[in-house]
Amino acid sequence: MKFLNYIIFIIFSLNINHSLAQNDDIKSEITKNLRCLICQGQSVHDSDSEFANSLKLLVDKKLNEGFNEKQIYNYLTEKYGEWILYDPEFNENTYFLWILPILMFLIGGAIILRVFIIKKS
Amino acid sequence: MKTKILPFIFISLFFFVFLIFYKGLKNPNIYTPNLKIEKNIPIFKAQIFQKEKLISSEEIFKQDKFYLFNIWASWCIPCREEHIFLTQLSKQEKINIVGLNYKDKDENAKKFLSELGNPYDIILSDKNGILAIEWGAYGVPESFLVYDNKIVKKIIGPINEKSFLEFINLLK
Repeated sequence: MKFLNYIIFIIFSLNINHSLAQNDDIKSEITKNLRCLICQGQSVHDSDSEFANSLKLLVDKKLNEGFNEKQIYNYLTEKYGEWILYDPEFNENTYFLWILPILMFLIGGAIILRVFIIKKS
Repeated sequence: MKTKILPFIFISLFFFVFLIFYKGLKNPNIYTPNLKIEKNIPIFKAQIFQKEKLISSEEIFKQDKFYLFNIWASWCIPCREEHIFLTQLSKQEKINIVGLNYKDKDENAKKFLSELGNPYDIILSDKNGILAIEWGAYGVPESFLVYDNKIVKKIIGPINEKSFLEFINLLK
């Protein structure tokens, strides 16, 4: 009987974990993309500061209220500015940031093409 | 012709990258929040300090009046420094001081107030820190000057003499 109880307990706890997991996945994904503003070089997910802990609670609350990932990002950038996101949006302030690697890739490719392929032929 | 273009591209690319890195080197890498933004205050419901009652933001913040929304805690040392300025501001009639007790124990907060005096017209309680985040705060102490339901000024860290005089000038 004791053994049966153990099995029931284990199955039960596994089920609870499963239903909680999905919300937790989104939560950790969001908090990993949020910069902890008062600790340098750490995401909210990694930090244990007062600020980060409150922010984690807020993300939880907003998820329960039915906010999606994008809405939470918008909400927080409105309060704290773009800096809070690790993945900045494409706008006039950041277009250079996004385009530069592509530009470098193209220029580098052109140089390689010139030096190695066109020269050979 | 071919040989002349390639070094030219390399050199200009080098200078271009150098310029960007050099410029980036001079930028401060500490986050400096924008302090001069006129934003609407958040709409919220909060618990009144040491009471069970909830109060909504519309009931606290009326139009045509200055409010100082001050986030404080008994465990915060700089809050003790700024307390003298808050006490002086509370004597001004044109301004109401709204306190937000941040992640604090009621007992300690009560002790803090009886020790240093209570400059607040109303104190709200924020046990888990969510309300402070909704205001866009970083930590304690932090103060927001509110007029017409808009944040006019934001002070991160304790109120000092300079910011105190700024407040007094604004109130005139």
